Amino acid sequence: MANPAQPYNMVLRVAAKMLIPLILMFALYVQFHGEIGPGGGFQAGVIFAAAFILYALVFGMGTARAVVPDRLLRVLTGTGVLLYTGVGLASLLAGGNFLDYSVLAAEQVEGQHLGIFLIELGVGITVASVMIIIFFAFAERGVRP
Amino acid sequence: MILLGFLTVTVLAIIQLRDLFAVVMLFGIYSFLAAALFVTLDAVDVAFTEAVVGAGIASFLMLGTLALTVRREKTRRKRTLIPLLVVGVVGATLIYGTLDMPHFSDPSAPVHLHVAPHYLESTQAEIGIPNVVTAVLASYRGYDTLGEIIVIFTAGLGVLALLGYRKQREKP
Repeated sequence: MANPAQPYNMVLRVAAKMLIPLILMFALYVQFHGEIGPGGGFQAGVIFAAAFILYALVFGMGTARAVVPDRLLRVLTGTGVLLYTGVGLASLLAGGNFLDYSVLAAEQVEGQHLGIFLIELGVGITVASVMIIIFFAFAERGVRP
Repeated sequence: MILLGFLTVTVLAIIQLRDLFAVVMLFGIYSFLAAALFVTLDAVDVAFTEAVVGAGIASFLMLGTLALTVRREKTRRKRTLIPLLVVGVVGATLIYGTLDMPHFSDPSAPVHLHVAPHYLESTQAEIGIPNVVTAVLASYRGYDTLGEIIVIFTAGLGVLALLGYRKQREKP
């Protein structure tokens, strides 16, 4: 892993600082634009995780760990799955079938929009946090103190 | 066709090479080529996933694995005929199986006659979003996507259970 104390990776750090917000923005765009263009929760989650991986590579594992705490990641992993299943249960309670979003709103199309938005969000959250968790697990294991 | 040729060359190179680092890089190239192939087939969503997951994250995780293990593949001197025979027979059977398949982009193929026309025709009325792929993935096939996300969740749990975080154990 990159050592943050090394002065010669200044270019790398500045470039990463410029790139990371763009990557995050692009991830959000893919997430919320998936209904119109190509993309969706899965791709967005991976891109989102890639931004954090870049951050960890350039600024070191310790800094990256401080940015995204362990506990938060673990909670988020489950949150996505729960959000997805929650939408399914909500449609069940609203009188439809499991994961039938049409009953979520007054109109069928609106309900579908809401349901797809929520489950894509769930997919994105889980994918992003699982990817970051896996990367951290591998990277920390690789560092031999 | 050219892309398929490139894919074949990449695979042959992967089989030949013993340096696993180069193999990981070639796998990344393979994924990008596959993504380009999917774009030419108008499957942009699949291409996107392939590029992001196959070339991006997968290469990364493979490199992480290499850092934990060794970089060079073990060479095995003993050659056995039986594996070659098995591979040959299975390959021949698969190719034999493709002979019965409908021609590529044949409009009367079963896959184009079953539910696909319904999705294409009624997505606008039923779901009202322009991207039919998202409509199929998220709404018509919601169960499958739920299964997928649970698989990813389980993968995360598995990695945590196997590799874990060393911090807790290392603190004296």
